[in-house]
Amino acid sequence: MAIEINMPALSPTMETGTLAKWMVKVGDTVESGDVIAEIETDKATMEVEVVDEGTITQILVAEGTEDVPVGQVIAILVEEDEDLSAMPVPTAVTASAPASAPAAAPAPAPNVPAPVAATSVAVSDPAIPSGTEMVSITVREALRDAMAEEMRRDPDVFIMGEEVGEYQGAYKVTQGLLDEFGPDRVIDTPITEHGFAGLGAGAAFAGLKPVIEFMTFNFAMQAIDHIINSAAKTHYMSGGLVKCPIVFRGPNGAASRVGAQHSQNYAAWYASVPGLKVIAPYDAADCKGLLKAAILDPNPVVFLENELMYGESFDIPDLPDLVLPIGKARIFREGSDVTIVSYSITVGQALKAADMLAEQGISAEVIDLRTIRPLDIETVIESVKKTNRCVIAEEGWPQCSVASDISAQLMEKAFDWLDAPVTRVNSVDVPLPYADNLEKAAVVTAEKIVQAAKAVCYSD
Amino acid sequence: MPSKKPAAKPAASPRRRSVKTAHFKPSNDDLVDFYQQMLLIRRFEEKAGQMYGMGLIGGFCHLYIGQEAVVTGVQTALKDGDSVITGYREHGHMLALGCDPKSIMAELTGRSGGCSGGKGGSMHMFDPDKGFYGGHGIVGAQASLGTGLGFAAKYRKTDNVSVAYFGDGASNQGQVYESFNMARIWNLPVIYIIENNQYAMGTSVKRASSEVELCRRGESFRIPGEQVDGMDVLAVRGAMDKAVKYCREGNGPYILEMKTYRYRGHSMSDPAKYRSKDEVKKMRAERDCIDQIKEKILDLGITDEAGLKAWDKDIKSRVADAASFAQESPEPAAEELYTNVYIEG
Ligand SMILES: Cc1ncc(C[n+]2csc(CCOP(=O)(O)OP(=O)(O)O)c2C)c(N)n1
Ligand SMILES: [Mg+2]
Repeated sequence: MAIEINMPALSPTMETGTLAKWMVKVGDTVESGDVIAEIETDKATMEVEVVDEGTITQILVAEGTEDVPVGQVIAILVEEDEDLSAMPVPTAVTASAPASAPAAAPAPAPNVPAPVAATSVAVSDPAIPSGTEMVSITVREALRDAMAEEMRRDPDVFIMGEEVGEYQGAYKVTQGLLDEFGPDRVIDTPITEHGFAGLGAGAAFAGLKPVIEFMTFNFAMQAIDHIINSAAKTHYMSGGLVKCPIVFRGPNGAASRVGAQHSQNYAAWYASVPGLKVIAPYDAADCKGLLKAAILDPNPVVFLENELMYGESFDIPDLPDLVLPIGKARIFREGSDVTIVSYSITVGQALKAADMLAEQGISAEVIDLRTIRPLDIETVIESVKKTNRCVIAEEGWPQCSVASDISAQLMEKAFDWLDAPVTRVNSVDVPLPYADNLEKAAVVTAEKIVQAAKAVCYSD
Repeated sequence: MPSKKPAAKPAASPRRRSVKTAHFKPSNDDLVDFYQQMLLIRRFEEKAGQMYGMGLIGGFCHLYIGQEAVVTGVQTALKDGDSVITGYREHGHMLALGCDPKSIMAELTGRSGGCSGGKGGSMHMFDPDKGFYGGHGIVGAQASLGTGLGFAAKYRKTDNVSVAYFGDGASNQGQVYESFNMARIWNLPVIYIIENNQYAMGTSVKRASSEVELCRRGESFRIPGEQVDGMDVLAVRGAMDKAVKYCREGNGPYILEMKTYRYRGHSMSDPAKYRSKDEVKKMRAERDCIDQIKEKILDLGITDEAGLKAWDKDIKSRVADAASFAQESPEPAAEELYTNVYIEG
């Protein structure tokens, strides 16, 4: 029987991949476990093993072909003890002309709404001089560059965490840092979050500038005691004698179908703690400029990234030293009818919602908070004074959320300017389910934001 | 300082056993049972890997291929009322407890027919009726949880034991040692099974552990530990029988370090740069747990090659049935998003 070998899905977020290298040729016999090809995914270069035994009779996608969709047939294997002569003649392929293969099964799209490239023009950031040249980089590269630049500048900066070195980062964010800075400054730890968070805080007391990577912030719950009791409170308790210049960073929030224990947004948790600064950037420029600011800051900073954003590209100002101010929100798009406040990945949904609302004649102003603590409530209030309506979109649970806090502050500080109740658009109030359809239904989407914006504009 | 006489030797503390526990002596039926259980896990996991590649399974998926002897040897030594808990690499543990492959595969595809109704996924499967308490995604958590299951067994004055599996990587988490200490001071019937497959993602044991003989990790808590060839189901079962007896008789916790190996990546997205292909090939060729039992079966003439092929075919068809069930089972109903958050009433 001929067995089709398909382009495999090799990560939760992979939709296409590059067929980097064939390790077999037509006519080779293979057995279960043999590596037949190398594939580059959004995360890593991976080997594809065959499950069945047999002979490779056709190779349908040439080496070097990019963007091969998950599910496309890449080779044909014929099981042993079959008459090979009866099989179709092997098709030769060349890199320039990828063989036409049967229509690929559609790749599963990640449920958490895909990051949206901003179609709307961002209102220029006051921190960036006008006329600055722009270059396109991914969020992943922006974060890496921020760390590399600060490590070059200051020998006291080091990075520590699980798989940050030899593995090149579980999500490839620290790629190349071990090569450049060596194992004294790029340090692989055992799986001991509580231990290395505490070790990092101690090193910071002694004046070093640790960047502690959590593989994801879900695992930082093991370490939350040190982040709060040790890092955040010591300066205060010592009457200002002890400093703790540390950055805790890593991906936060839902990824794609990784279940409830791996899909939580911790922004509101950390943002409730005096002594901490909390940053949750959206695009590449903010990731770079704010991570550099976090490393330079003399206080403990929790820096919340988002896995689904790592592979997204954005134009960023080509400045030798891009440092952005902590605690400043950005008006991402100007508007006059309703203010949509958001942060992190959900800014993309807010911008998409603003586009959809514009088509319906509603002009939405989109604010990206960028920093959650200190919270730039002034920028939100100024916007609300203009629009008189506010929707807060946040991927995370509603109760005791960042959205709840902003809503409370608007009640206290902008009550007289409001023409409608401040409205929160949060994830559904349940642990995130695994099933595809349920996960889709649980997260914040542009459609849900549009609905809320129309409701506060009484235009339903 | 006046020279002090050397203090009296402390009472002999339980140390690593240098004497290896005798292998389990299987009947022919036992051999067939072990072989078929291990083969079912292998075929199931191969299928799961394929289905992940086809995009039918989402998120993380950690395969158990290579480690089948551990769950098979451990769980055949248990009796009704005993409890089992582990991490996210738990498909094999579910299968070894006799859970229906259909409901396991349907959980992997996130369908209503899945053992968690599609809401847990690969890492979060449970079957409390069979004593299985998951399926946990936070490395090390199951050590404390399993200690609590042992506490309950003792509290209720049963002679049941709790089996808490965790990995070599998990063995570096602090809560493991907090649990060891409590299990010892309260004499809890917990068997800690360290599945030492030599890597935690890309980190080898020697890069992450100051004491690489993980069976010794209980020494300062006075918990006896033994290192076991985890690729040999008869060695696993032999050691387990002894540990179970020790625990059931009220002697407190026990540690078994199973030296094992995973053939596949940590999860489906593993760049596999931390070990050589030859290392994996060699392990497969020389130490494979299924091949070892297969040889015994053939040597004893329990069946012949044709007989083995027939068993394999039978198991493959069970797995194929599970795979089709997992694709045909409908997605959970939309209302299920809101159920099971709280217990009603
Ligand atoms: C607290 C915590 N930290 C990190 C992770 C990410 N992680 C998942 S599995 C794993 C490796 C665990 O290795 P090991 O305990 O040896 O078990 P194995 O995967 O080999 O079965 C890591 C680091 C996690 N899930 N939980
Ligand atoms: Mg391991």
